Amino acid sequence: MSETIVIAEMNNNTIHPSTAELVAAACALGAEPTLIVPCTDAGAADSATSWSGISGLIAAKSAAFENYDAAGWASALDAIMPQGTIVTGASPQSKDLAARIAARRNLPVVQDVVKIEGNHVTSPVYSGKAMQTVALGSASVVSVRSNVFTPVQEGGQTSVSVVDTTGDVATSVQEFMARASERLDVSEANIVISGGRGMGSPDNFTHLEAVADTIGAAVGASRAAVDTWEAIPHSMQVGQTGKTVNPNLYIAVGISGAIQHLAGMRSSRYIVAINKDADAPIFKHADYGIVATWEEALPVLQAQFQTMMG
Amino acid sequence: MPTIVVLVKQVPDTNAKIAINGQTVDLSAVKMVMSPYDEFALETALLHKEAAGGEVTALTVGGPASEKILKDAKAMGVDNIVRIESSDSMDTNALQTVLKEAISSLGAEVVYCGKSAADTGAGSTGPGVAERLGWSSASNVISASFDGGLSVTAPGNGGNVRLDVPLPAVVSCDKGSFKVRKANIKGIMQAKKAAVDVRTIEAPPSTATVVSQSLPPAKPAGKSYQGGQAAAEVAQLLRDEANVL
Ligand SMILES: Cc1cc2nc3c(=O)[nH]c(=O)nc-3n(C[C@H](O)[C@H](O)[C@H](O)COP(=O)(O)OP(=O)(O)OC[C@H]3O[C@@H](n4cnc5c(N)ncnc54)[C@H](O)[C@@H]3O)c2cc1C
Ligand SMILES: Nc1ncnc2c1ncn2[C@@H]1O[C@H](COP(=O)(O)O)[C@@H](O)[C@H]1O
Repeated sequence: MSETIVIAEMNNNTIHPSTAELVAAACALGAEPTLIVPCTDAGAADSATSWSGISGLIAAKSAAFENYDAAGWASALDAIMPQGTIVTGASPQSKDLAARIAARRNLPVVQDVVKIEGNHVTSPVYSGKAMQTVALGSASVVSVRSNVFTPVQEGGQTSVSVVDTTGDVATSVQEFMARASERLDVSEANIVISGGRGMGSPDNFTHLEAVADTIGAAVGASRAAVDTWEAIPHSMQVGQTGKTVNPNLYIAVGISGAIQHLAGMRSSRYIVAINKDADAPIFKHADYGIVATWEEALPVLQAQFQTMMG
Repeated sequence: MPTIVVLVKQVPDTNAKIAINGQTVDLSAVKMVMSPYDEFALETALLHKEAAGGEVTALTVGGPASEKILKDAKAMGVDNIVRIESSDSMDTNALQTVLKEAISSLGAEVVYCGKSAADTGAGSTGPGVAERLGWSSASNVISASFDGGLSVTAPGNGGNVRLDVPLPAVVSCDKGSFKVRKANIKGIMQAKKAAVDVRTIEAPPSTATVVSQSLPPAKPAGKSYQGGQAAAEVAQLLRDEANVL
């Protein structure tokens, strides 16, 4: 395959650690990539100078990268990226960007890739009920899920070239709305603990929040919880008509494991289930299944986490 | 008064079991429906028309069987239904090129689509078609208002943001606060009689081609514990064995 390019996953003008996984994915596609860091301050690229696996490092500097606008980001990046296969992250924003850039260059795009063998890339289809392998015949754009590829390590030495660029920003932000809560969003978190109808009442979600605060997790919910209780907003819903999450650890509490819930979380690296019904379908997908009520299990879990986290 | 297009796609019912026959998914026994998020797109398109006037056209790229969902859209209140004949194996470049042509020829000013199709799960079409048309876009939109121009709410900056979206634009819809209307008897009767406008558009060759489909690898059986006290052991294993804490 020709040249590969990785667009760094960004978080407040710093490179998100999952970018090292994207570099590994690009290497699997055949060549050490050029890493492009979209930023407003070129210093953002410095943290990648010691990475192995990259053949070049470009800080793409533009005021367009201040806020996310799909058109603005795509045009600003397109202007300075070489031709070739482009790898991005698979956060909602990065998938959007991947689609824009692919369209801009008349390339096909494959989203949510979880496996790469030569020019064959595999991603989940039908809400994760099947996997599909696609052969990339020429340059393409692929977004790669996090927590799948082993990140490249330190040990390289690459200098940063700073390139200024401009983008055509189309939409304008009128207002930042307060989040429903100050809590981490499920789609951003590396650990998610979700509650279902089995929690009994929305007030009992405070027990999940306590665990979440101890281990730095986001709190999610099943659709039954969201639909039944006004206090649980749709933004917390995980599943086919909610958010798709792919964390390192997913803890399902009082959730039966309906196919539509699984659609949103089955690709999590580790799944823990707490349910009083030993026959709940969620247990078929759990790495660690605890048959117990949450009233019994959560305090024990919380106490142990607290001891471990010091 | 805007000319509004809503993109709808036919997909397997999301409750359906997916079977594999050889190297491909076998959909012969599966009920086909409108992709769930397209229902929200359709609702938003109809709300836009109610607020600003104009016409709504439902557009699909698919085989003759996909006319069923166009009729469903008609029953819910769209004015026109258009199907672009498709060859099965189009990559996103081919599909989006066809959609771009179709949208241009319909003279659309605003396009609504689902945030992702239930089969691909991709979410590529909305932003991709917008880019090809040179239009603005907003993705994963959870609410929209139409007075004084299009303004939408969508996730961003770690929370939600309200965006002014200049037309022409493509908007991909999430579930959010949209309540999908039901078709009424009159709509259903009209839909029965409605004619589908079938067109063909030349697609560029696809370079990304599907080589196989398979069931997801079976997960090795997990460990199972009885009683709440086991939670302490599991917590410890999450660090010592799974290495995730
Ligand atoms: C088109 C469509 C889209 C959908 N999209 C989604 C989606 O995005 N996300 C989603 O989650 N669902 C979705 N659903 C709904 C889904 O089918 C299920 O109805 C839902 O996931 C069930 O939620 P639940 O597991 O919380 O509730 P239930 O199925 O009622 O399960 C509650 C569980 O809690 C356990 N329990 C009860 N008390 C306790 C206790 N004290 N301690 C421990 N365990 C206890 C029970 O044993 C049971 O297993 C969708 C459905 C459709 C048709
Ligand atoms: N073949 C198609 N015909 C019409 N609309 C489509 C088609 N494929 C995708 N779309 C639209 O684009 C959305 C996102 O699809 P995808 O990019 O495949 O996730 C869908 O929800 C539809 O609204």
